[in-house]
Amino acid sequence: MMAIIELCDLVYTYPGVSKPSIDGVSLTIEKGEFVLITGPSGCGKTSLCRTFNGLIPHFYQGELKGQVTVAGQNVTGKQTFDMAKHVGLVFQNPENQLFALSVEKDVAFGLENLGMSREEMRKRVDWALNLAGIYDLRERSPHEVSGGQQQRIAIASVLAMQPEIIVLDEPTSFLDPLSAEKIFDVIYKLNQEQGITVVLVEHRLDLTAKYTNHLIVMDKGKICLEGNPRDILCNEETSRIGVGIPKATLLYKKLKTNGFSVNKQTPLSSDELADQLLEALNK
Amino acid sequence: MGQNGAGKTTFIKHFNGLLKPSLGTVRVNGVETTKTGVATLARNVGFVFQNPDNQLFSETVEDEIAFALKNFGFDKETIEKRVTWALDFLSLYQYRKTSPFLLSGGERKRVALASVLAWDPETLVLDEPTIGQDHEQKEKLRQFIIQLQAKKKTVIMVTHDVEFVAECNPRVILMRAGKIIANGPAKDILTTPKLLEESSLVLPQIAQVFTKLAHIGLPADIIDIDEAETAILSKAKEKKHP
Repeated sequence: MMAIIELCDLVYTYPGVSKPSIDGVSLTIEKGEFVLITGPSGCGKTSLCRTFNGLIPHFYQGELKGQVTVAGQNVTGKQTFDMAKHVGLVFQNPENQLFALSVEKDVAFGLENLGMSREEMRKRVDWALNLAGIYDLRERSPHEVSGGQQQRIAIASVLAMQPEIIVLDEPTSFLDPLSAEKIFDVIYKLNQEQGITVVLVEHRLDLTAKYTNHLIVMDKGKICLEGNPRDILCNEETSRIGVGIPKATLLYKKLKTNGFSVNKQTPLSSDELADQLLEALNK
Repeated sequence: MGQNGAGKTTFIKHFNGLLKPSLGTVRVNGVETTKTGVATLARNVGFVFQNPDNQLFSETVEDEIAFALKNFGFDKETIEKRVTWALDFLSLYQYRKTSPFLLSGGERKRVALASVLAWDPETLVLDEPTIGQDHEQKEKLRQFIIQLQAKKKTVIMVTHDVEFVAECNPRVILMRAGKIIANGPAKDILTTPKLLEESSLVLPQIAQVFTKLAHIGLPADIIDIDEAETAILSKAKEKKHP
């Protein structure tokens, strides 16, 4: 295994603010991992993502201490456009990221900047539009479509770049659950089949816990818990921090407390729990 | 509830007169929206947008919350009291002097909500209030909705968050392609897979589990976790002592 993101003793404070938003974070993400970051609102998740491509400190300024190494590059010594070849970032609010007059121009923008040939660009843009399920929207203006559709455009424009690392900050918050699941499945497939490293920031663990074996729980600018979601979601500390435990996992815990035990690993999805319950009740 | 582009946001924008119907009538408190203005309707119908950035503009969180109160002509003392209440209620007091634009996405969403709650409208329209909110904030919102209901206020919420709806257990109106396709108790609608699939929604996790357990004699229409626990424990007991 090879580390693709390495943070060492990171402390970051936004300009004009006294309290650091990232307060002593050390973290290693291996190449090809699917990492899930969660934690209460304002805990520093988004700030952490902004260090991966150098938006912090180059764009947001402020004071950064510690070391950020991404894809072998020392991020503080590189420009954001250098890092963009390695790291694709999907923002929380798609409106912050879209600007072109048509959806396909928005998706092509990053590729144009890499100086890609027209034919290759056409292929990549169509591929990304299809993956995100918005091929039909390609000639529309990104500003006249719904919030959920804008999120798909933002995702497509990052997928088109085929970066080594994709960082997604609550990428499906405006999407209905079935569409969100489809997008997560696409991202998971890219991770499994093409070995793209994925860092996903999410509150909705009910939809996403099943994709990862590396869950990070942040609180007050620090990493509080890190490891397998099956262990972390059972840890009382996780509930205390205020992380929403998926209902299937919660029901499993409640039943266990009542002496009804299925003696298996903690379920991360309703399918896993239903299978365990069927087995236990059919004994 | 309903899929992206079903017309939910367009629909609720008729409730405070932001949009007026091309055909048909919309009456709010008995008054046709075409015969009055948004400013008049807003006093009774508070609207919180999906994207807080469409709503926030003041230099500090405190000013943002005070803005509508000033416009409605409240006196200085009441404004101060209401602003402090809203700041406390949504855990924003520490940010009262901060620019809303320096806050996180979830926090900005709370500022938008606080600015509307502060003038205490009769009817509250919330477009996707749980987006970007953590568990604790969602639980607070749920408790607050219960309080509002006790005060006989009307709460209308647009959301995709099936788990949150399962917890609130409201009347659900399901939309698809600009039409209402179902209207009834959450417990009925959230346990009907066909309706949900048509609306690009999924069953809440508890309902998913019970759909798969229906063939062994458990009820399929459970969305509440405590009810789920009781049903499984009694089934297990029944097996032990038939």
